[in-house]
Amino acid sequence: MKSAVLVFPGINRERDMARALKLASGNDAAMVWHADTALPSGTDLVVVPGGFSYGDYLRCGAIAARAPVMDAVRDFAAKGGLVLGVCNGFQILCESGLLPGVLMRNAQLKFVCRDVHMKVERSDTPFTRGYNAGQVIRVPVAHGEGNYEADGETLKRLEGEGRVLYRYCSPEGVVDEASNFNGAANSIAGIVNERGNVLGMMPHPENHVEEIMGCTDGRGLFAGLAQHLKAA
Amino acid sequence: MKARVTVTLKTGILDPQGKAIEGALKSLGVDGVASVRQGKVFDIELAATDKAKAEAALKAAADKLLANTVIENYRVELL
Repeated sequence: MKSAVLVFPGINRERDMARALKLASGNDAAMVWHADTALPSGTDLVVVPGGFSYGDYLRCGAIAARAPVMDAVRDFAAKGGLVLGVCNGFQILCESGLLPGVLMRNAQLKFVCRDVHMKVERSDTPFTRGYNAGQVIRVPVAHGEGNYEADGETLKRLEGEGRVLYRYCSPEGVVDEASNFNGAANSIAGIVNERGNVLGMMPHPENHVEEIMGCTDGRGLFAGLAQHLKAA
Repeated sequence: MKARVTVTLKTGILDPQGKAIEGALKSLGVDGVASVRQGKVFDIELAATDKAKAEAALKAAADKLLANTVIENYRVELL
């Protein structure tokens, strides 16, 4: 696995991400500056980490989505390369047009920073193969704008095509209003694009990968990606 | 040339910030507030002197960056 982690001004989770990627694959991730116009050769996974790119000016992720490096990411994705966006990274992928929909202000207007549970909807994708379908994992969230919304037609397609990979749920795995802390449509925590090679998710799996973090539920995502790319 | 681009949320898009402002106005006792929707205003100075060119540039700015047309509408005015 040869991953590239994008770095924009105001991003602050890039080191956590690089650490999780190294743990899973044994390889150092390349850190790629936003003004670069190309990805390192041989890159097989691009990660857009979390943080507050450009201070969330204009709209979360809006300015980062137009940075020079994003053209290279679009080309990479168009060729089938795997792209993972977490938190601000998810917002950036939506703003860049790589994923449909938009992340709105949390319905309760509050920044939420705590552990939540989410259900893995299916296990037959590069982004979920480290888990079992229906498995419930505990992951931290830290965002004020994570309320996923899209028009009815888009939501219908996402659901119909099995593109919702992660959904907020109770610790017991029940998807209900009480566990949908940010008000996201259909309790959506993570979706993939039509081709299935670009995933955006609000929670931070990279922050639950080591014993010292108190939970290792996030490991599956990275282990699955490493496995997938090894097999490829 | 001076111009203004106004970006507003599309009808039907939930606007929790507008709702909060609406609540605050009501609690301040401002009479007759039925609802509030929050938007953004961009005041832009253009080097262009040609109206049509200026409008095209502003439209490009709004489509490419200023508005997220999934959830927002925009209006371009030359002042």
